[in-house]
Amino acid sequence: MSDLMENSFDIEVQPSHLYLAYTSTILRAPSKPLLLLKKSLTEKTGPLFEDFNLGILDNDLTKNAIKNGEPIGERIVVHGKVVNEKGQPMPHTLIEIWQANAAGRYVHKVDQHDAPLDPNFLGTGRCMTDSEGNYRFYTIKPGAYPWGNHHNAWRPNHIHFSLFGNEISSRLITQMYFPGDPLLEYDPIYQAVKAKGRELLISKFDLNLTEPDFALGYRFDIVLRGHNATPFENR
Amino acid sequence: MPLHLKIDKTMNTTKTQTPSQTVGPYFGYGLTSEQYLYDFKSLITNKITILDSNSDYITIKGKIFDGENNPISDAMIELWQNDGHNRFFGRFGTGTDAENHFVFQTIKPKSVENQAPFVTLIVFMRGQLIHSYTRVYFSDEEVLNAQDTVLNAIPAERRNTIIAQKKAGCYEFNIYMQGENETVFFAV
Repeated sequence: MSDLMENSFDIEVQPSHLYLAYTSTILRAPSKPLLLLKKSLTEKTGPLFEDFNLGILDNDLTKNAIKNGEPIGERIVVHGKVVNEKGQPMPHTLIEIWQANAAGRYVHKVDQHDAPLDPNFLGTGRCMTDSEGNYRFYTIKPGAYPWGNHHNAWRPNHIHFSLFGNEISSRLITQMYFPGDPLLEYDPIYQAVKAKGRELLISKFDLNLTEPDFALGYRFDIVLRGHNATPFENR
Repeated sequence: MPLHLKIDKTMNTTKTQTPSQTVGPYFGYGLTSEQYLYDFKSLITNKITILDSNSDYITIKGKIFDGENNPISDAMIELWQNDGHNRFFGRFGTGTDAENHFVFQTIKPKSVENQAPFVTLIVFMRGQLIHSYTRVYFSDEEVLNAQDTVLNAIPAERRNTIIAQKKAGCYEFNIYMQGENETVFFAV
């Protein structure tokens, strides 16, 4: 496999830049073909976040913004494993997450959806994968919310994920959905993913991960682009 | 077949990439929380923290324009550079500046293997289902730019879209998602 083609986005899985049903793509998708690039040192490396001191509650969104009580909603715990395309675990890589609250409202001031904010829920957190590529965080199940893409458009329940891996080409921003959500069928952002990839964005309910009398468990495994399990000359 | 070859074959089992989804319009309080004035510590900022009197500190500043030439106010830009000496990863959203600028303060990268110095930018926004990669080259590196293999692989009329122009106190780098001046984006 040549240096040029290695790590390319899988076009049988990944969404295209332009997807007419998602109207924001029309003025924002690059219109000219991308240029193939032979990887240099810059592309073979990426930020490693080993020096970062995560806060003790960074991976618990049910507790990291408490002001005067518990956040409202269904408490969940999300587990998963991050691997590369060879199935090798991606250890010690940063995962950032953000989401709406249980009522379907984001803290972000641009979100003006008429649903209540929760004073005890910010909706953002982060964690690192362990030495085996596993991660875990606690949160509140996010609500669905309307958006302006088309008449009566609603986003399915979802959690935003941001991941790095160990080189800049393994960078991934994605969304985790929930099993059985009837809105997935109507959501152009989800439907923009090619059929082969869609199921991969739906977390699985797992009774073994469910913590008795405390939180429902979901599993969301992630495969990053790339074939190298260890960083290349990052230091 | 020897056992180790069998094992190798197993290791080559290809996993399907997790699909990309848009960053959406509401990343501010999560990914750029301090810049957007939310009460959550930022791990990533837009300023390099290495203090080195021998280094050439620079500012890279610009706007992002959509297909109708309107500045985009809800994009997030990440910067990654690695010349073997200095490495820096920065992040900035275009939603806090009155004119929707993004800005990075960093150290100018050095030339690697006689190629022109550059930094990589990754562009995320609502309306992008998959992020875009580009590079920032520097207008005052005429000699290295002229012999750079990547720049020379780009049609001459598009080359300037990825060369930041040195202006008073900073390098200006505007990104055009579409149209006549569409920025060159790379398959990385």
